[in-house]
Amino acid sequence: MNLRAVRAIYEFEMARTFRTLMQSILSPVLSTSLYFVVFGSAIGTHMHAIDGVSYGAFIVPGLTMLAILGQSISNASFGIYMPRFSGTIYEVLSAPISAFEIVAGYVGAAATKSVMLGVIILVTARLFVPFGVQHPAWMVAFLVLTSVTFSLFGFVIGVWADSFEKLQLIPLLVVTPLTFLGGSFYSIHMLPPVWQKITLFNPVVYLVSGFRWSFYGQSDVGVELSLAMTFVFLVLCLLAVRWIFKTGYRLKP
Amino acid sequence: MPPLVPAAISIRNVGKRYASGYQALKNVELEIERGEIFALLGPNGAGKTTLINVVCGIVTASEGTVLADGRDVVKEFRRVRAEIGLVPQEITTDLFETVWSTVSFSRGLFGKAPNSAYLDKLLRELSLTDKRNSKIMTLSGGMKRRVMIAKALAHEPKILFLDEPTAGVDVELRRQMWDLVRALRADGTTIILTTHYIDEAEEMADRVGVINKGELVLVEEKTTLMKKLGKRQLTLSLTRPLAELPEALAGEPLELSGNGTELVYTFDRRGHDGNVSGLLRRLGELGLEFKDLATRESSLEDIFVRLVSTP
Repeated sequence: MNLRAVRAIYEFEMARTFRTLMQSILSPVLSTSLYFVVFGSAIGTHMHAIDGVSYGAFIVPGLTMLAILGQSISNASFGIYMPRFSGTIYEVLSAPISAFEIVAGYVGAAATKSVMLGVIILVTARLFVPFGVQHPAWMVAFLVLTSVTFSLFGFVIGVWADSFEKLQLIPLLVVTPLTFLGGSFYSIHMLPPVWQKITLFNPVVYLVSGFRWSFYGQSDVGVELSLAMTFVFLVLCLLAVRWIFKTGYRLKP
Repeated sequence: MPPLVPAAISIRNVGKRYASGYQALKNVELEIERGEIFALLGPNGAGKTTLINVVCGIVTASEGTVLADGRDVVKEFRRVRAEIGLVPQEITTDLFETVWSTVSFSRGLFGKAPNSAYLDKLLRELSLTDKRNSKIMTLSGGMKRRVMIAKALAHEPKILFLDEPTAGVDVELRRQMWDLVRALRADGTTIILTTHYIDEAEEMADRVGVINKGELVLVEEKTTLMKKLGKRQLTLSLTRPLAELPEALAGEPLELSGNGTELVYTFDRRGHDGNVSGLLRRLGELGLEFKDLATRESSLEDIFVRLVSTP
């Protein structure tokens, strides 16, 4: 195991985060804060509590998830796309480093950023709305698992994309709608019965539901199911990454 | 009996066909000895970079094997790649990084423990010390190229690939790079360079390989190559121009040029020197006078052009 190489990539990527602090940390924190101001404080006061949880508090896990999914994908996809785009990938490919170590470096850094961001958002949210965390260990587990899974997904997108437009395509056209429709702002029980069924095909429902359960002990779907679905997505991403390195897809002609 | 010390690089029957169907390399067989400077020459698109990339692990060969120091570059990639450095053709670095951080990154990536003293020495040798903390984007083209070399040497490789190291650099920097390459060789580093500048190969290389359309056309000691394929030319400036070659001289390797004012005699370097005096005698007998004469040896460039231009 070339731990020094993993560390080199990890530190390089983390340095990039701090160099682009505005974009990677401050901007998602700001936009999430705006959601809290609008939906939590302004509109939320006119909304009924959902399952005994005030609306402002109810949306905290969903909004955190929204930011984490978006940032994990964007950080990891950009992290691997940029070296491909600029050509610096030659150095990583010619280094004595295995596929696993490359992924550990890039995805590890992207997931770390996401976890940091999640924590910052939760702390910021606490300034707007009071909430508690019933299962802190599970909360951390869901946070880390989701960050790693979606960073892996972002890595796959970063390898697949051959233009800046494609890099944005999946996050904008697939992930954002799924997150908005995945119960970030409402309980799926508030939907008409048909939509309650349809929405179960949305994988984000399981992530948000499980994460919200760790806060308030209530969830739209069973927490075991949430965890299982997250693992399924994690395994799918791992298989995609394995396939990428096995075939050299868009990395190694 | 196989040699006791394996070759630095041993390329065996390597072929590469890209997904597009383009055959970039065909049955390349090449041994590069330890400690030599090997120049790979070829026109654009000949397969030089593909060959280097196959050895360095950036491109997967369609067939054949490559050994470095006797080890398979695919199966034993960890051991092998730690010993190889690559300076790519394009200047590709992270523009927002500083010189020091990018060089440290390269060293770490290749699994070496941090060593500030070595990296400091390296930057000094490449005249980059005062740019240590500068962002790469602020450097000139020549300095960026030196940063690329520093990155390739950051992990103290035993084998160094230089893909067109002096493309687009000024004469002074070119000289500096040649000095650096010689110094590295003196330390025992094996160097493989591709170049467009044939004088570079002529100046530096111990052996020369010519690659054309994916095939290795020739591999030869530089001096042997020059002897074997080099030509000499004797040019006589005639006092009175000739309309055509006199019949008595037909059959000789002679040509008229410069509107009949010059008579060019081409002969190979292996001898036939006696013919020169014979020729001069016969010219005298024919009453052809000349006011000046000059001889010229063909350069590696002439040889190269002849090799790759033959269909």
